[in-house]
Amino acid sequence: MQLTNRKVVVSNKEQSFVEKMYFPAIINGMIITFSHLFKKRPTIMYPEQKREFAPIYRGQHVLKRDENGAERCTSCGMCAVACPAEAITMESGERKKGEEGLYREEKYAKTYEINMLRCIFCGLCEEACPKEAIFLTDRIVSSDFERDGFIYGKDKLVEKMDQRIDVSKRQTPEVLAFKKIPGLKHNELHTEKLNKGKH
Amino acid sequence: MLEFIIYKSLICVAVFAVSLGIAAYSTWWERKFAGLLQDRWGPSRAGVWGLLQPLADGGKMLFKEEIIPNVSNKFLFVLAPGLFIVTAIMAGVLIPWGAPAIMNGTTYAMQISDINVGVIFLLGVTSIGVYGIMIGGWSSNNKYSLLGAIRSSAQMISYELAMGIALIALIITSGGTLSFAEIVAKQDAGVANIVWQPLGFLIFFVCALAETNRAPFDLAECETELVGGYHTEYSAFKLGLFLFAEYINMFVSSAVMAGFYFGGYNFPFAHELYNALGLQEGSWIISLIGFGAYFTKTLIFISVFMWIRWTIPRFRYDQLMNLGWKSLLPLSLLNLALTVVVEYFRGNIKF
Repeated sequence: MQLTNRKVVVSNKEQSFVEKMYFPAIINGMIITFSHLFKKRPTIMYPEQKREFAPIYRGQHVLKRDENGAERCTSCGMCAVACPAEAITMESGERKKGEEGLYREEKYAKTYEINMLRCIFCGLCEEACPKEAIFLTDRIVSSDFERDGFIYGKDKLVEKMDQRIDVSKRQTPEVLAFKKIPGLKHNELHTEKLNKGKH
Repeated sequence: MLEFIIYKSLICVAVFAVSLGIAAYSTWWERKFAGLLQDRWGPSRAGVWGLLQPLADGGKMLFKEEIIPNVSNKFLFVLAPGLFIVTAIMAGVLIPWGAPAIMNGTTYAMQISDINVGVIFLLGVTSIGVYGIMIGGWSSNNKYSLLGAIRSSAQMISYELAMGIALIALIITSGGTLSFAEIVAKQDAGVANIVWQPLGFLIFFVCALAETNRAPFDLAECETELVGGYHTEYSAFKLGLFLFAEYINMFVSSAVMAGFYFGGYNFPFAHELYNALGLQEGSWIISLIGFGAYFTKTLIFISVFMWIRWTIPRFRYDQLMNLGWKSLLPLSLLNLALTVVVEYFRGNIKF
């Protein structure tokens, strides 16, 4: 059975005198390296030029806010359960009166930490999240000299209202279709839900 | 007399500065050239095309922590890199950078000193360089350093022999003179020594690679076998001096090859060019143009050294010894015999 067309038969033939001089081979090699002087270089000058990521690239996480600026996360812990690397930990808190603008539901995550050294960026947290709160983005986790620096708390994960992070590129048509299943209709506006209850 | 002293000190300082400058920028060019040969860009961050890189490297070397091992022989440990770099620079004394210029009736040679046993001086000084390596490796009191040093000195001794015999053939071709300046001046007629000494040049070139500890003969410092070779225990600027001396050696031996075999400051149609420009014999402009020609040849040779480094893999130690003793030595003897025959028929030798 032939698997490739690059098969070479091994031979143990003696080297001829010319081969033993090595000079033709050396000159040949030097011509090859010299020819590389004029080849196109694939280098990407990183900070100035950036490689374009695939639309489904999974980078640093974000905790999304909803349209009114309230945090979507309700600290249900599904992401932590789904996480194969056990990188996610959280503590829940109860929403007080007057905090309706801050948190979407009665329960919220008081602390939410992802250990970026453990995280394998598999995206299971994103899939597990019933509230569409956590997403992986196209951002790169920055480097650090200390291990502590890699434990990302809410200060780094929750998106800022003035710097909303677009995750629509990650949403393939399949995902969008999946999210439209009636049983999973959890993504409507908070206020709309309240209005519906009144009718 | 005062004029003579000023002119000699000026040329000394100039050669010193150029040697160090070239050594510094060789490190940059080595990295750049390596990058270009390997489809990369090489240094590009410090300054335009990374041109400030040698300064940054020098600064780093200066401010790094200096470590002298407790068990070392401290005096020799400090002496070794100095000895190595001094011998490296000393070989540059002989190089005649341009045709002598005549001003106000005085002849100014573009050379620090025209020693009439120049070739022997050159061989002697370059072989002192091995003391730097040997002392450095021994005084570290580290067996890997010592092994590296022994390998390096054995290699140098093996290749010195073939180099010396190749040079004897060269001396016969240039009419028996041992003076560097005369050997270069004799190639004025437009025929460089390479025409009469192709095999000799090849032997000399390979030996020069081995003598300067350049790849593929850099067995003194193969990381995988000997940690770091003879300079394993060295840090900061003392290590810098060792590496610097290697580049100075490379510069000097490139200049020597360009002078001995490729005509030095002479180049084809030089006299036609000078006549067209209306320059008198002994004009300083001729010296300057000659210097340009010599320097270009030297830089090309440095690039060839690097080109070889990034093409040919390192020799195994027994292969190195085989090449030195079983190939280059007989070849250089053959070359010597051939040279004598050829020179007899050219009429340069009479019995």
